[in-house]
Amino acid sequence: MNLLRIALKSARFRRTNLLLTVFTIAISVTLLLGVDKIRKESKSSLLNTVSQTDLIVGARSSPTNLLLYSVFRIGNATNNVTWETYESIAAREEVAWTVPISLGDSHRGFRVMGTTSDYFDFYQYGNGRPLVLSSGEEFVGVYDTVLGADVANELGYAIGDEIIISHGLVSVDFADHDDKPFTVVGILNKTGTPVDRTVHVSLAGIEAIHIDWNEGGRSAVTLTAEQALKLDLTPTSITAFLVGLENRAQTFRVQRSINDFSGEPMSAILPGATLAEFWRTISAIEQVLFVISGFVLVVGLLGMLTTILSTLNERRREIAVLRSIGARASHVVSLILLETLMVVIAGCVAGVGLLYGLLLLARPIVVRRSGVDLAITWLDSTQLLIMGGVVLGAALVALIPGIIAYRRSIQDGLALKV
Amino acid sequence: MTSSPQPVISLEAIRFRWPGQSVDLIDIDELSLKPGEHLFVRGASGSGKTTLLNLLAGVHAPTDGVVRLLGTDLADLSASRRDQFRADHLGVIFQQFNLLPYLTALENVTLSCAFSDRKSKRAGEGQDITSTARSLLDALNLAGSLHDAPVNKLSVGQQQRVAVARALIGGPEILIADEPTSALDADNRDRFMDLLFREAEAQHCTLVFVSHDPQLADRFDHQISLRSVNDDMDPAQATGVAL
Repeated sequence: MNLLRIALKSARFRRTNLLLTVFTIAISVTLLLGVDKIRKESKSSLLNTVSQTDLIVGARSSPTNLLLYSVFRIGNATNNVTWETYESIAAREEVAWTVPISLGDSHRGFRVMGTTSDYFDFYQYGNGRPLVLSSGEEFVGVYDTVLGADVANELGYAIGDEIIISHGLVSVDFADHDDKPFTVVGILNKTGTPVDRTVHVSLAGIEAIHIDWNEGGRSAVTLTAEQALKLDLTPTSITAFLVGLENRAQTFRVQRSINDFSGEPMSAILPGATLAEFWRTISAIEQVLFVISGFVLVVGLLGMLTTILSTLNERRREIAVLRSIGARASHVVSLILLETLMVVIAGCVAGVGLLYGLLLLARPIVVRRSGVDLAITWLDSTQLLIMGGVVLGAALVALIPGIIAYRRSIQDGLALKV
Repeated sequence: MTSSPQPVISLEAIRFRWPGQSVDLIDIDELSLKPGEHLFVRGASGSGKTTLLNLLAGVHAPTDGVVRLLGTDLADLSASRRDQFRADHLGVIFQQFNLLPYLTALENVTLSCAFSDRKSKRAGEGQDITSTARSLLDALNLAGSLHDAPVNKLSVGQQQRVAVARALIGGPEILIADEPTSALDADNRDRFMDLLFREAEAQHCTLVFVSHDPQLADRFDHQISLRSVNDDMDPAQATGVAL
């Protein structure tokens, strides 16, 4: 009978205590791996807010600012891009497609975005996932609107409902475009991106509601919705536009030529790179979370130490018996270490099991509520490293009871303290 | 039993005191046991009986003097070699709680061989270790149905007999018993002593038996008595007298 078998049988004999310890370790490991998973998922979700778009172009500003207002609808553009400039860039032969964006109005706290039907064809998020309508269809008429999932859900809108768009970002009664209501014609599926919180209308719609407005207020002449339709609704400017290129290799060249564009000052950014930069500034929160779950693990290991130390007293006889039949003091230490390793490894395995169980359970709920599709993948190298660290930490912690048992077994000799 | 010139146990001018103590707990001038001879150590609790056993087993080193087992001076061995020596040449029986509660009676007996190649080789001669363990348990009147029972299903008397089998398997030259009968009633005690002697003789084993019960002393060739430190503060409280 070797030491491992003795350790196994001894552990089985004291299983209630040890199982509780395994459970504690399992929960700490689940928490630690779970936080790591959430961190990675939120990172990839953020980085995939917009995909397959090669460049985002807007008036000259910092890349983060341009990204924030064009993709996340946070903050405002410093300036607009003229329609002529947009058309000239869209007509370049390297450019495969463009999606213009016109921002500035809102509806009950949600941003209104003017765009074209190209938006539904070319805007992609996640791993190249297109926008899908959960009901209705894309806008066709000037006064049609397609709502993001959260907008429809939170405000309780359905196809056919009429909504009033407010001028600017704060809803004030006198600044409502209440003379030109929009009709909900489509509602998008949940994406987990800012698209969910956006009210989409056509560029012509944006133009129509502002046609009888001057800077900041209504003009003296008012036009009805029908009258507006008879006018030329081509916009004079847009806020920004997304660009897809024929050939990705040309990205930097096109970016440079837009940045150097002589007609008006513009910035072209690579969404992926800017998103990654943006992530770095906000990832501190995730790191704090990670540190906290690290502390939870330390508490778990200390709990294990307490359990093992408390079993040392009841194991005193067992150790004296083993010593009497010739077990060396080093055997005693190995026995304690083996037991600790068994507990920790069982805890890690149970923790990983718990994590995957929770992921499987949470997956449909998370997709429904946030649109983030949790990828169920094998443990990656960081997670394996975390578990290796847990096992190593536990082995180090186990040296404490090991050394105590060693010294005690030398001191006790063959005497049995009954 | 052929008498060998080399004693199994030989103690020369042994003194032992714990660090910080002012008087010797153990003070034995000379003691020598030849193969097959048995020693009875009498003393009340606190008289240093257990300490003497620890010295004999090589768990503790004497403050002064030489402990020689089978011609080997224990002081010449490293701590782990002494542990190995104990595993190979000694069998130990305690007062109580001799057995690992998570093993069966049979597993407790064969466990002795786990730490000693010598014992497993000797126990495995002619038959396998398990069969040797079973015949030992049979010889100690432990019914076959109990061999594979968890030890906490056994009575105290049965447990002590399993402990004897564990101490004897693999033919150690020295058997050390620390008040093994204290938890037994008179009837059980006598039967236990009979079996212990019979099996020790069968294996040509030298028995060192510690007890406070003077009734058992008659069975032994040699006796020493340790006087309690608590009873008597005479610095020469322990005397080793080979009778």
